[in-house]
Amino acid sequence: MRVLVVEDDGKAAGYLANALRESGHNAELASDGPTGYELARAGDYDVLIVDRMLPGRDGLSLIDGLRQEGVRTPVLILSALGGVDDRVKGLRAGGDDYLAKPYAFSELLARVEALARRSAPEKAETKYVVGDLVLDRLSHQVTRAGEPISLQPREYRLLEYLIMNVGQVVTRTMLLEHVWDYHFDPQTNVIDVHISRLRAKIDKNFDRPLLHTVRGAGYMVRDGSD
Amino acid sequence: MGLIRLLRTTAFRAFFFYFALFAIAAAIAVAYIYWKTNVLLAAQLENSIQAETQSLDEQYRAGGIEQLVRTVGERSETPGNSLYLLTDAGGRRLAGTLKAVSTELWNSEGRVAFVYRRPAANGSEDRLAYALVFRLQDGSRLIVGRDIEDRREFGRVARSAFLWTLGGMALIGLLGGLLIGRSFLRRIESITLTSQQIMAGDLSRRIPLTAAGDEFDRLAASLNGMLQRITELVDSFKEVSDNIAHDLKTPLTRLRNRIETALREAGGEYAYREALQATIEEADEIIRTFDALLSIARLEAGTASNARNEFDLNVVVGGVCDLYEPVAEERGITLACQTASPTVIRGERQLIAQAVANLVDNAIKYGGDANGAEPSAKGNISVRIAMNGETAQIIVADRGPGIPPADRERAFKRFVRLEASRSLPGSGLGLSLAAAVARLHGGHIDLLDNAPGVKAVLTLRRDGGNHLLTR
Repeated sequence: MRVLVVEDDGKAAGYLANALRESGHNAELASDGPTGYELARAGDYDVLIVDRMLPGRDGLSLIDGLRQEGVRTPVLILSALGGVDDRVKGLRAGGDDYLAKPYAFSELLARVEALARRSAPEKAETKYVVGDLVLDRLSHQVTRAGEPISLQPREYRLLEYLIMNVGQVVTRTMLLEHVWDYHFDPQTNVIDVHISRLRAKIDKNFDRPLLHTVRGAGYMVRDGSD
Repeated sequence: MGLIRLLRTTAFRAFFFYFALFAIAAAIAVAYIYWKTNVLLAAQLENSIQAETQSLDEQYRAGGIEQLVRTVGERSETPGNSLYLLTDAGGRRLAGTLKAVSTELWNSEGRVAFVYRRPAANGSEDRLAYALVFRLQDGSRLIVGRDIEDRREFGRVARSAFLWTLGGMALIGLLGGLLIGRSFLRRIESITLTSQQIMAGDLSRRIPLTAAGDEFDRLAASLNGMLQRITELVDSFKEVSDNIAHDLKTPLTRLRNRIETALREAGGEYAYREALQATIEEADEIIRTFDALLSIARLEAGTASNARNEFDLNVVVGGVCDLYEPVAEERGITLACQTASPTVIRGERQLIAQAVANLVDNAIKYGGDANGAEPSAKGNISVRIAMNGETAQIIVADRGPGIPPADRERAFKRFVRLEASRSLPGSGLGLSLAAAVARLHGGHIDLLDNAPGVKAVLTLRRDGGNHLLTR
């Protein structure tokens, strides 16, 4: 995956690029708005990571410019401004996701990978299969080894989001945002409890667990043992 | 110095302007009356002299000079303010009240004004007269006139009366202007003084109000309101920076100590990993606290955002219940959420959801374990919505140990964690944040006694309290 990081803080950008490379991605750097714009326009990237406050050209204006040029590369906005309205502004300018600084790298990586996947030209699945778990998006039926599993609507959506990102880490914040549409910190480990409930329903009576906890990052649905 | 300032007040300038305007108007009125009166009196004088001259001429025509001498002589006995002089062609006086006239006058003909002497208390006096000089057929002269010194006197009196009045008016006006100007100046001075004291750094100063309830008091009240709001904002920012300084330095120190300890003890890779993991968790906690503090500060500044929408409160409350229900169940608490008929309100959905979430979170954390309460009542949390005209209320009630009345106010303070909760995780900012959200929506939070337990009532204005922003 090719990632362009547009960030003016050299230290932060270097750290980010190194961490991305260690995760097996190809990261390039641009340290100001105009350079970032030119690179993003010319290069073939899977995801752009754009800081909101950049020298030369503001991050939001950069994204807006790219979108007007028809560049559809998914963008993750990084910003020190973490208010609800800052997020709304960022997404309105054409950003696909928004992450407030300071962030955990695992959070950023999970989001970047989710963005890259979203842009992959892949027809909308109507049926997801992970091992012997089947989720039918038309009938909202979930079965494991042929046995139907009864899920609450919220549990269904939780599983659906995890399965759509199969093999990828999904963070607690991403679940909170996509399944509940909440953009705040719920203080208690509410997501963990939801996950353990879901796990009890889909994994409890089976040898091979499908819903895994990724320490320090989040959760992942994947076929195979740890 | 003070007088100069007084003379430069608006009130004083207004007085001068009105005084000038009034003086001009008065002068025009008096001048018009004076002129009109003069014209009228002159016409009257003219007529009476004409008439008398006419009748004397008839006497002359009927009885010759002898009869005229007789008539003039008779009339001169009781002259009033009439003046007569009859002379022959040579200028010799035949009859009349006047002893003699100047040759110039004698030689003239027709209307003439002149000064004559008249005996008075102290010798004699000069008086103004108006007369008609008439030549008879035999060359003798008849002068019929009237003493008009009184009229001149009237003019003089009118003029001086006018000037005196104007002077009096100016004096009264000046005094009035000074008095009003001084009272205006005093009011303005008190505002100026207060604002200077505030500029000098004493933000607690307020403009004193008088009992008058006039426009100055309204202005002062409005300015005081503004000052109050500014003070609140400054205090809020000051409090936030104080809190950041104090409450973030503590965990930062802890963080630093942990790293130092790990380095000193040289416990091998596993110990290092453990220490680093703990460090990250500590850092995350600091970030969360920092975010919460910033959110509260932005909410309280009222500058948070304009992302207000209309939405059904039931959906938000239902969502929060859905989010927390498993956590509650895990702790043996029943979270009972009553949703009602659609309750559409205007506001920031995310913030309101966060406020409700914080209240539910608190109820689960602190209200779930009812030490000494009825076992049957243990861990029942109810969440419901109540509509109340202009406001909507979200009521989160638990059956926990409750909060003593003395501690309820304190519970809203940032970082305050009541005794019972010290051992539980949490930043101590949840209720402060919820209260800030409520205020942003024109509402408030009340902590009531649920006997036993706490009943937290989040009141929001259904219109989102937008009027507060444009206030």
